[in-house]
Amino acid sequence: MTPALEVVNLNKRFGGLPATRQVSLSVMPGERRLIIGPNGAGKTTLFNLITGDLTPDAGSVKLFGQELLKLPTQQRVHLGLARTYQILTLFPKETLCHNVVLALLGLDRMRWDVWTFLLGQSHLYDAAREALALVGLGASADRTVAETSYGERRRLEMAMALAQKPKVLLLDEPLAGLSQEERSQVRDVLARVPRDVTIVMIEHDMDSALAFAERITLLHYGEVIVEGTRSQVVADPRTKEVYLGD
Amino acid sequence: MRRKGVLLFAIGMALIAVPLIITSEFYVNLASQILIYALLAVSLNLLLGYGGMVSLGHASFVGLASYAAVLLLNAGFGQLASAVLAILFSTACGGLFGLLALRASGIGFLMITLALGQIVWGIAYRANTLTNGDNGLRYAARPHPFGIAIDSASSFYWFSLIVFAIALFFIWRVTRSPFGASLQGARDQPRRMRMLGHNVWLIQWLAFVLASFWGSVAGLLYVYYNLFISPHAISLQQSAEVLLMAILGGASALTGPIVGAVIITLVKNVVSTYFERWNSLLGAIFVVVIMFMPFGIVPGVRQLWARWRAPKKLERAA
Repeated sequence: MTPALEVVNLNKRFGGLPATRQVSLSVMPGERRLIIGPNGAGKTTLFNLITGDLTPDAGSVKLFGQELLKLPTQQRVHLGLARTYQILTLFPKETLCHNVVLALLGLDRMRWDVWTFLLGQSHLYDAAREALALVGLGASADRTVAETSYGERRRLEMAMALAQKPKVLLLDEPLAGLSQEERSQVRDVLARVPRDVTIVMIEHDMDSALAFAERITLLHYGEVIVEGTRSQVVADPRTKEVYLGD
Repeated sequence: MRRKGVLLFAIGMALIAVPLIITSEFYVNLASQILIYALLAVSLNLLLGYGGMVSLGHASFVGLASYAAVLLLNAGFGQLASAVLAILFSTACGGLFGLLALRASGIGFLMITLALGQIVWGIAYRANTLTNGDNGLRYAARPHPFGIAIDSASSFYWFSLIVFAIALFFIWRVTRSPFGASLQGARDQPRRMRMLGHNVWLIQWLAFVLASFWGSVAGLLYVYYNLFISPHAISLQQSAEVLLMAILGGASALTGPIVGAVIITLVKNVVSTYFERWNSLLGAIFVVVIMFMPFGIVPGVRQLWARWRAPKKLERAA
């Protein structure tokens, strides 16, 4: 079976600092993969290399067998890749609905239309409201991002990615900075994502994301230290070493 | 909504009536100039306000379209063919300029557009055999669109008004379209837009081409109005003035650059007959506006209006 996402021997240096060292990982279709590691382990860098925000020095990234590295970011998205950002990257002056509409437009040929009124495109707005309802923001669709709380913005990030019906979804710390209640809301949203979506999730805090993961990859100083099922990784002495020190 | 329609109709009627109310030829001509600069500023604002790209070379499209029209007409082409080919040529140059300028963003973009504008100016100034250098070129005569003469001040004003209205309508549609939304998204969060599947570079390039197209149309109107083109029309100062119009009136509003064009053109042409230091006055106006309305006149007045209305609304609700 072709992996949904396959990374082979990926390397990236920032000047003298290696951020990603010989990283290889293979995520099967429908899998829920958790990537953990301390601050500066290269988790977000790995995402940036996969999406094309950064160009690697060497290695390969394949989506369902297709090499991505020569493609610009937007083409990778058209192949079924979506991501959320750890540092919120939204359109603050626009409504939540408009934010999701921009996500939907990204994959719609209509985005080149210079003549019709965007506001008249009810199919886009209906789909956007649906995606917002999915993450529990249905009632806030017409508020601007500036008027929403941090937790709501995190969920908006998720709605924008989910609205695109991606094949592979990269989530960068979707639980960061959320209250207990908001965390459980986000976890519910994740649990409802259908199995034809492969999810790779970065989470700094292991406790909050363990239940979700089937397989876990532990990164440390840009290298894959441990990889395996949840119990394997938790039991591995190297995990304890990285997290607790020796 | 209905009130907006009534207001729009009233403004339209007032604009049509300008040459009937103002009988002085000087002021009717001034009104035509305002329309030409307003179109130039609105077209620039596609880049500035909607695209977040500051260009200091927009006057070059006045030059490219004007010189091309003169040279084509002199080469024996008809009025219509000259007009169409001139706009095509100027827009194609815009496409090329966009290709070069979009290698960079921010200050880099600004510097490249500045350099490209200076190159066009330099060619106009130095290529004596083609452009007649500093002396400029004369355009033989205004065209007769659909057999109607536009030689008088008022008929030319109406002609410009029709062109301006069509252009504004098209540009308004663009700003409300899916492409317009993508352009504004690319301005605010280019990285996110790429991650949503948008080709940010192509969006910005197409906006550049659109802006150069409508800038070229304004350029054609310019040469029809003056029946003359010289390097002075495309100097850096001209580009800066158009940019100033958009910023003064408010780049975030479609109508902002129009208000800016009205004020600057009036100060330049009317105040300058009474007051030698009109440039200082323009500077003072700019400083005062930016101090009290940092986003320009139209957004500033809108804000004041909303603030003035808010207590009344509350009163009525109570």
